[in-house]
Amino acid sequence: MTLFERSSKELQEGLHNGEFSIADLTNEAFARIENLDGDVQAFLALNKDKAAEQAAEMDKVPFEQRGPLFGLPIGVKDNIVTEGLETTCASKILEGFMPIYDATVVKKLREAGMITVGKLNMDEFAMGSSNENSAFKTTKNPWNLDHVPGGSSGASAASVAAGEVPFSLGSDTGGSIRQPAAYCGVVGMKPTYGRVSRSGLVAFASSLDQIGPITRNVYDNALLLEAIAGVDPNDSTSANVPVPNYVSKLDGDIKGLRIAVPKEFLGEGVGDAARNAVLEALEVLKGLGATVDEVSLPHSKYALAAYYILSSSEASSNLSRFDGIRYGYRAEGVKNLMELYKETRAQGFGDEVKRRIMLGTYSLSAGTYDAYYKKAQQVRTLIKEDYDKVFENYDVIVGPTAPTAAFKVGENVDDPLTMYANDILTIPINLAGVPAISIPCGFDNNLPLGLQIIGKHFDEETIYRTAFAYEQATEFHHQTPQIWEGK
Amino acid sequence: MAKLSKEEVKHVAHLARLAITDEEAEKFAEQLGKITDFAQTLNELDTTNVKPTSHVLPIVNVMREDVAQKGLDRDVMMLNVKEQVDGQVKVPPILED
Repeated sequence: MTLFERSSKELQEGLHNGEFSIADLTNEAFARIENLDGDVQAFLALNKDKAAEQAAEMDKVPFEQRGPLFGLPIGVKDNIVTEGLETTCASKILEGFMPIYDATVVKKLREAGMITVGKLNMDEFAMGSSNENSAFKTTKNPWNLDHVPGGSSGASAASVAAGEVPFSLGSDTGGSIRQPAAYCGVVGMKPTYGRVSRSGLVAFASSLDQIGPITRNVYDNALLLEAIAGVDPNDSTSANVPVPNYVSKLDGDIKGLRIAVPKEFLGEGVGDAARNAVLEALEVLKGLGATVDEVSLPHSKYALAAYYILSSSEASSNLSRFDGIRYGYRAEGVKNLMELYKETRAQGFGDEVKRRIMLGTYSLSAGTYDAYYKKAQQVRTLIKEDYDKVFENYDVIVGPTAPTAAFKVGENVDDPLTMYANDILTIPINLAGVPAISIPCGFDNNLPLGLQIIGKHFDEETIYRTAFAYEQATEFHHQTPQIWEGK
Repeated sequence: MAKLSKEEVKHVAHLARLAITDEEAEKFAEQLGKITDFAQTLNELDTTNVKPTSHVLPIVNVMREDVAQKGLDRDVMMLNVKEQVDGQVKVPPILED
């Protein structure tokens, strides 16, 4: 049993009634990590001393000055920079890197009174779907330690699922928040591109990356997005669009909601368990007064190829900054500058990162640029138009988050293309730039399955309303893995 | 065009400033070949006259007021530099003798 089975509201009540203090909550996080992280392997760095100091200070703040997230612990994915707390992107090339400023989202967490307890493992530079591409450790799925937690924000999802922390931040370039949220049975939101500032997020693919919240329930997720969203002068791609008060709109009423179900999301490549769980979820949503129609997103099957070309091209440019000169790993015993670059990068990057840098470099080369990069950008336009068209007549699009439940550790490591196929249902959403959430909607062999709800640009509100109504009508979010009870 | 030769991979690795061994070049040639093969599926689509999307939001040239702002402290910025002399970053020789 842990305090973290409670929602943010219940935790605030406990603080208010004097049942426990903010220091107790912080201690609970570190005690849970101490007890469980030997198995889960989620944390790369802990912020123990500063968190304790911060908690002691915050316990003195009068209740009337506290917001709904005040004093609550959170874990942060290790590609989000935290001043004075090592940030590595789970790469050897950034081992020991000490950020000299906080990402905008980290500043916002502090303004909301949240306490960062540590940094969470990931696939190196967010490239991967299993956390097996981390240079340091392989995070495990709390529901079954033989299985992966998903990726790349695998540890962000696993730490919340294991009750080590009640909140975490992840990042999502092609499904990296939603797929692990589905695999670990938690709630993960990829906001609209531009909704959350990327300042201080180590860039993978700048036109696709978004930071988003991972939590145990929809209400808390909405609360956390509200806290981190908004335009930021330090990110010129952040959008100047007002951030609604999401939680005030969560009333469970979705009568008349128009749901589109793309036939491509329930067809070839999608497992029976995932398909059936979604079909059952649609019945629940119909029962709540929504209408459901089948639609087509005809270019869906081209999304994966377009994504790998575009994201790798952007990555090859973004990752050129890791050269051994100003920060991070530096190769020794080299005789000139060119050798320093080449050896530093060869020794510092893992294989998947190298593959993508080379794929991107190749796609952008003279002679291949038009056939690969430009072609993929044109296909991106077609995919985006598919979504625009469906959203002319529908409020949300619903489907599975991933084709199956979590696969086994080691099962896909040697085959990049099979590994990439785990993301076929999440990637098109990033290409279109629209927001989408994954919420728990069932189990397959005691491993969670996720329901994906996709919305219009900047309409996270309707996604949250739909997800909340579904959650209230079901019990999946109350279930916890066995490991939850501690050892 | 899909199949990548070992020599092509070595050339790309050089452009990307990655040292690469013969065995690695062979392994990556096969893996990247599969991925570029797969990318050929995009050619099933006629994209004549389709505008490329580089960015999903209709924003261009975001400007701020032309007023000087304080940057990060110089000493702090040198915090992660491995080799430095007199506040400057030190690198190996750029030109050969």
